Amino acid sequence: MTSAPEPGTNPSNTERYSPLHQTHVDAGASFTDFAGWQMPVRYSSDLAEHHAVRTAAGLFDLSHMAEIVVSGPDAGAFLDYALAGKISTIDLWQAKYSLLLNEAGGIIDDLVVYRLRESEFLVVANAGNRFAAADALTNRAARFDVTVDDQSDDYALIAVQGPAARAIAQATSGITDLGSPLDELKYYRATDAVFNGVPLLIARTGYTGEDGFELYLGTDAATALWNALTTAGAAHDLVPAGLASRDTLRLEAGMPLYGHELNATLFPAQAGLGRVVNLAKETDFIGRAASEEGPRADARVLVGLSGEGKRAGRAGYQVFHSADAPEPEGEITSGALSPTLGHPIAMAYVAPALAQPGTGLFVDIRGTRVPVTVVPLPFYKRQK
Amino acid sequence: MADKTTLQYTAEHEWVQVADNEATIGITAYAAEKLGDVVFVELPAVGTEISGGTVVGEIESTKSVGELFAPFDGTITAINDAVVDSPELVNTDPFGEGWLVKVAFTALPTMLSYDEYSAIVGE
Repeated sequence: MTSAPEPGTNPSNTERYSPLHQTHVDAGASFTDFAGWQMPVRYSSDLAEHHAVRTAAGLFDLSHMAEIVVSGPDAGAFLDYALAGKISTIDLWQAKYSLLLNEAGGIIDDLVVYRLRESEFLVVANAGNRFAAADALTNRAARFDVTVDDQSDDYALIAVQGPAARAIAQATSGITDLGSPLDELKYYRATDAVFNGVPLLIARTGYTGEDGFELYLGTDAATALWNALTTAGAAHDLVPAGLASRDTLRLEAGMPLYGHELNATLFPAQAGLGRVVNLAKETDFIGRAASEEGPRADARVLVGLSGEGKRAGRAGYQVFHSADAPEPEGEITSGALSPTLGHPIAMAYVAPALAQPGTGLFVDIRGTRVPVTVVPLPFYKRQK
Repeated sequence: MADKTTLQYTAEHEWVQVADNEATIGITAYAAEKLGDVVFVELPAVGTEISGGTVVGEIESTKSVGELFAPFDGTITAINDAVVDSPELVNTDPFGEGWLVKVAFTALPTMLSYDEYSAIVGE
């Protein structure tokens, strides 16, 4: 028996370790290389971890993510120029999903920006794009009074996600000095806090399609916070969850993963992220001219695919408009048997003529063309 | 559950238990662990002639797809319907309830011993 490499993994042999690594080893985790980091892929069962996040809560170590602090009098104006969105006008403690574009309008990275002070922002980038993002921001900063500081090595990031996430976070001992009570914290808002005497940033954000929080703090305090969350979570069936479940959770929630749904040659509009590129912004930004022109009319666009049975199309599998069409007109970027829905789901780039929901298509699954239907994203939306 | 130390193994992470001229084949705990939760198993039909080294089935997890290789020439005499209905048996009991196929053979190649296989997977 042989198996294909898991999506999202990096074949390089450089190994970095989370500040929580020993905790994961002690918990019996299996590890995978993710962008050079040895991160937990699962602790016991990725299906059990997936279901726990949908029905109770899961605890994720995301310390591989990159944290870049942008500060200075021009910080807002600089981010308006460096990123696709309008950042200067977001509220204090507001979070905003944004894109770092290249001059051609392609995506260098997708990221979340938090406003920590009037003139200080935290930019959270993907682990695999840490240096590309930090370099791009630094290079774009020349004519601004701003400091770009890659603090990734100093930050740990822990996420608690699931319907019980709020109760768990509220019951976690050691969290004090909340700038805003957690039950009043809205989605995509954050608050400052203190954990055992060290600064803590708590954001109501996530990558699972569930309610939840992402907690940023210094690496030295990470293990204590993980343990405190675990203790508080025991009464709520909290389980540690690895990257395998994170991938199926975000796929069900229709959330793109850089390197799969997003890359440097794709326009945001193709990925359904045209709204993230603010062409109404009064000022220039990198990638603006190309974005205004937009992709070619025949450029492939991202769609959801839904199938029957148990065989899932996977990243790289070709999509055809009929059972015998000679040429593919699409390609899957992420796919799995949905643990929540019980049938195969996938995201794929297809020719625009095939992108209408309800369109019947075929995926070549290792030599067999299997019918699928174009469906709107996301596949799964939580009940509020 | 079979005694792991008396089984024979292949480099494709399959185990083989021989009784007379019939062999029971499954994948090892190491392979099941690497795959993650198995959600779909496709096995050849009973009576299928298989030839050594070819792909005869698929074992899919949430994250990846594994191929089942025929370790030698033979004829499928039985498949584990329980594992088709409950693919998680591959994870929960890979050397027992999670067996995959039985094969009638006329000759066996040299395979790996438990110690040799354990050395390969570093356990």
